[in-house]
Amino acid sequence: MEVKILSAKFDLEDGHKLEIAKQHGAYGTLDKLFAMKPEEVIEEVKASGLRGRGGAGFPAGVKWGFLPKGTGKPVYLAVNSDESEPATFKDRYILVKDPHMMIEGIIICSYAIGSHDTYIYIRGEYTSQVKALQAAIDEAYEAGYLGDKVAGHDFKLEVTVHRGAGAYVCGEETGLLESIEGKKGQPRAKPPFPAVSGLYGCPTIINNVQSIASLPFILEKGAEAYKAYGTEKSSGTHLFGISGHVEKPGMYELPLGLPLLEVVEKVAGGVWKGRTLKGVIPGGSSTPVLTPDEAKTVTLDYESMAEHKTMFGSGGIVVLDETVDMVKLVENLIYFYHHESCGQCTPCREGLGWMLKIIKKVVRGEGEMSDINLLLELCDNIEMKTVCVLSAACTMPVRSYLVKFRDEFDAYVSEDISTAAANQE
Amino acid sequence: MSDRSQLISTGEPFKFDQERDTEFERLIKRYPERESMILPALWLTQEQEGWISAEAIAYIADRIGTFASKVFECATFYTMYHLHPMGKYHICVCRTLSCWLRDKQAIVDFLKDEIGIEPGQKSEDGRFSLEEVECLGHCGTAPVVQINGEFHEEMDVEKLKALLAELN
Repeated sequence: MEVKILSAKFDLEDGHKLEIAKQHGAYGTLDKLFAMKPEEVIEEVKASGLRGRGGAGFPAGVKWGFLPKGTGKPVYLAVNSDESEPATFKDRYILVKDPHMMIEGIIICSYAIGSHDTYIYIRGEYTSQVKALQAAIDEAYEAGYLGDKVAGHDFKLEVTVHRGAGAYVCGEETGLLESIEGKKGQPRAKPPFPAVSGLYGCPTIINNVQSIASLPFILEKGAEAYKAYGTEKSSGTHLFGISGHVEKPGMYELPLGLPLLEVVEKVAGGVWKGRTLKGVIPGGSSTPVLTPDEAKTVTLDYESMAEHKTMFGSGGIVVLDETVDMVKLVENLIYFYHHESCGQCTPCREGLGWMLKIIKKVVRGEGEMSDINLLLELCDNIEMKTVCVLSAACTMPVRSYLVKFRDEFDAYVSEDISTAAANQE
Repeated sequence: MSDRSQLISTGEPFKFDQERDTEFERLIKRYPERESMILPALWLTQEQEGWISAEAIAYIADRIGTFASKVFECATFYTMYHLHPMGKYHICVCRTLSCWLRDKQAIVDFLKDEIGIEPGQKSEDGRFSLEEVECLGHCGTAPVVQINGEFHEEMDVEKLKALLAELN
């Protein structure tokens, strides 16, 4: 089931080094690129159907098309390498194993959108990864692939690595821009969208590492070759991260559209220790959980996930075995999102705190049935009432556990009910 | 980690060493606005000193030409900046979803017992500080521990014992 498009050079010894990468085709698309018009590049990417691989799944070429023309302002490219969504660990393979593929993608994107300055925003926790990335960028400068004349062509491109410092919210496009500008990573109200007014108030495109790294293949082999993988509306391949209770967790490149459970079974070795499946989180911790029954009919693409009222997200699949306590899992999730709230919007800052207090009370065995209902009510009152979707990233999955595994929550508070009933007698 | 509202003063003036000074000057040319250097300058400071003091905040503000309050704001918002000295070995255990599912708690409990401190604390001899952190992006090799920035994957108590024994 596995394919090697993005991961083609991952197994090479020293594949991250320019010399080895070049022997295997790195920077091979540049002559073709500079012979094309930027609009032609955008059309090719649109035709490929490549969708943003950060989580939202917005078509990459269409996003580029939102840039206003002739503003007289510089256009910026920000590459999102914040990768902080729990269960997501795909981009760092690109950064470490094949950084030149991403740099080539940056050149392609920059030429297409007319940008001469790229900032790669990498999460602060990625200590060794940032060193590997910077070493590759230094090599690319040295060899003339970056700088005043990219590969000898009349095109200037500067690429700068900007390190985050431990804030999940900076993975949100405008939180990321604020962070590059030297501020707290508090997302901006939209519109204006970054394509119109982004970094330093200038037109800005923000793309995920994997989206950018997909560009060399699309340019080299063409949109049709890319569309040969995946489904009609979800073309191409994706670096799926499979974690949790499977025999062989890890990062696997697969075409989109494969049946979820078959992938869990055949690629990741199935549920570990011979246990039975209790649930699957399909695309990072913010995506609603699927029951084993629901999981039976899901395929790994944007349409199928939407039909099942969940999301493809970042492709971070988490397998939960029969032993998982869903109430405690929800406590773990709420803790995370509350901790990562930037504090800007009251429903998120205060609401997630209330949710955490309530779930802790339930876990301690001091909860009442009304607390479970209150949690559901809070989800409704917080969701989509904030500047960014961080709060929804908490309430959407939490609601799914509360609804689909309600019995478990009720069991935590049922003792209280019997006590209450006894008191009434 | 712990109190993020108070800055500690060393009583000594702070400045970048030669290496950081050069890196600061290289980077500042990359940004059209000087305030973009706030995060990089905080990183350079932490690399040099291990933590960020009140004097360092003032120095960064001066170097960039901005208000110290803006530097302070970032130093407190971003949780990886240390506002007081950490242990010689700063141990971070990931506490989020995939690591939680693969029993990160056993690792935390072992460390609490072995070092004798709670997450958020530093041992009295200054050798260790312990912190539970949010998702470190190594979910496929959970549970994961970071010691002074270096990743240790697929950890368990036995491996951790061996690892601690190697530290001097």
